[in-house]
Amino acid sequence: MANGYKPLKVSTVVSGVAKSLDASFFAEWASVLRDLLSGSKSFYLMILLGAAIVYFAAMGGLDAMRIGYRHAYAVTREVPWGILISTYIFFVVTSTGLCIVSSIGHVFGVKNFMPIASRAVFLSIVTIMAGFTVIFFEIENPFRMAIYNLISPNLTSNIWWMGTLYGAYMVFMIIEFVMLLLKQHRLATYAGLLGLVSGIVAHSNLGAIFAMLHGREYWYGPYLPVYFIASAIMSGCATIILFTWIAYKASNREMEGPMKKSMEAIGKLCTMMIAILMFFTSWKLITGSVAGGGKVEAIRAMMAGPYAMNFWVFEVGMGMVIPFGLLLMSKWKDMRMMAVATFMMMIAIFIMRYDLVLIGQIVPSWHELGVSEYPQLLSYTPSLHEFAVVLGGMGMVAISFMLGEKVFKGHKSEDH
Amino acid sequence: MKNKIDLDNLRKENLESIPDMERRSFLKMGLLVTGAFAGGSMLSVISNIDKVFASKAEMREKYPYKPHYSMVIRQDRCIDCERCLEACSRTNNVAEYGYRTNILEKITPDAIGQKREFIAVLCNQCNNAPCVRACPTKATYKDKTNGIVMMAQEKCIGCKVCVLACPYNARYFNEEKHAIDKCNFCYDSRLSKGYERTACSEACPAGVRVFGDLSNPDSEVYKLVHQIQRPVWVLREETGAKPNVFYTKG
Repeated sequence: MANGYKPLKVSTVVSGVAKSLDASFFAEWASVLRDLLSGSKSFYLMILLGAAIVYFAAMGGLDAMRIGYRHAYAVTREVPWGILISTYIFFVVTSTGLCIVSSIGHVFGVKNFMPIASRAVFLSIVTIMAGFTVIFFEIENPFRMAIYNLISPNLTSNIWWMGTLYGAYMVFMIIEFVMLLLKQHRLATYAGLLGLVSGIVAHSNLGAIFAMLHGREYWYGPYLPVYFIASAIMSGCATIILFTWIAYKASNREMEGPMKKSMEAIGKLCTMMIAILMFFTSWKLITGSVAGGGKVEAIRAMMAGPYAMNFWVFEVGMGMVIPFGLLLMSKWKDMRMMAVATFMMMIAIFIMRYDLVLIGQIVPSWHELGVSEYPQLLSYTPSLHEFAVVLGGMGMVAISFMLGEKVFKGHKSEDH
Repeated sequence: MKNKIDLDNLRKENLESIPDMERRSFLKMGLLVTGAFAGGSMLSVISNIDKVFASKAEMREKYPYKPHYSMVIRQDRCIDCERCLEACSRTNNVAEYGYRTNILEKITPDAIGQKREFIAVLCNQCNNAPCVRACPTKATYKDKTNGIVMMAQEKCIGCKVCVLACPYNARYFNEEKHAIDKCNFCYDSRLSKGYERTACSEACPAGVRVFGDLSNPDSEVYKLVHQIQRPVWVLREETGAKPNVFYTKG
């Protein structure tokens, strides 16, 4: 950071912002509009495709609202949380991870992490918004949430903390991004720091929602809040590597020297985070296999039951072992190999969230009682409406990413 | 031989030679063991009461609520006639796709004689209710007077975390009410109108569901819980939710 942490005055903020709003600023933004209109055919085609997906998803979501979630979604009394919750988690994990990875450069001043800051912060805003959109179609009374979260807060509830802090997080991240655009790097740093703190606390509270349900053995315990932070960093690294590669590929640009260095550094961090996740997952399995009845059932479902393919093929294979090997082989220089590895990771991480949410619910509450009404394991398969909302979230991210690349000129303005 | 036991001079180990305290703790242990063995999750009443309330002292001197509403299920009397379920649905506008109370069936194939038993379940109105802690907007809360876990429907955002938090599968989302629906011991439909029992308790022809004030020594629930002749237990005691629905047999 060029000017370090000086005490912040309101007058400096105002004058700083005003100074950057000069004629050249407006001229630059006028050129953005021209850029946007000068895209290639394939660019517009992609945007159109994304828009179509979002349109159909929105129709699906609204239709679900009309006919009632009980009819539209596959969730039940016994399995009340399905793919929409896991998709929400996927998006906010990605957002938090991007925030953490960008903060290494932007808040803590590690040079190699600076070139990705703008794109990472932008994507973290896009993904948190996609997450909020998905959860909007999941919660039965989203409008009540806005009111009663404020006037009737329950401070012992992890959902309350998560929702409130993620709300603050989004505001801080938007401020950070705007400050980056205005080249107010000191202000951006402060906003980034606030975003980082609220994001991390919000995210570990997301883990704690599950970790504090003492009737649910598979989730209960201090493991998840910590695991969530570690897996967020892994997701953030994978996301920024993949999207940076796509951005350069799509615009036919050669990666600049500093960006190459940045990819190498993030690639190394990503590899290390995979190794850490391998430890987390291994010990979860090993400790779980000697736990009480319900937890053992869940672990068994994951290792050799209905979730075995998700676990071994996606989580272990595509999420950890293969990308770990590919990243090592790429020596963090072969961008194409890194892109393949991180693309596989993104798919696997989506499945990881799904498994985390579902496996915690498939063992019925009355498992130990051994009653006839509840079979060994409960099941859940997402409905079309649920898939539509999930795709909508993805479409939103895709369109925003493409437009972002155009409007913010490939996030090139990195002159630290 | 050096290690040979000197049988002639061995001291008699009869009851007189065991100190009083030791004998008492031994008896208590025996009581616990028999209770625990009687049915896996079953506990003798002594340990049970300790676990349900914060401490022995608190239990003896003062109950957390007054009246401290509670239900004792006399499990072996249930014949699954389901009149309680009908009465509950009728009284509380329960949706046809949901329920506030249910009867579960348990089959023990290797048992001698009777192999089937029915277990009535409902909200346990826990003292340490996991649903109340988890709710982000205090839409579900413990009534300060009677300890019933209530719903403030207008505050419910429908996140369903309480459904997951509940160890007893006692909650469901009611579309018509736009909120979670659950058993509240018929508080709004009966107790607040002067009735003394819940609809399910009154409808039961076999006296399975005994409802009353656990803090009142004259009430039937008090007498059923505070005795040691018959086993008394709670469901899913390991979650630490401190439920107020007790089960007994015999």
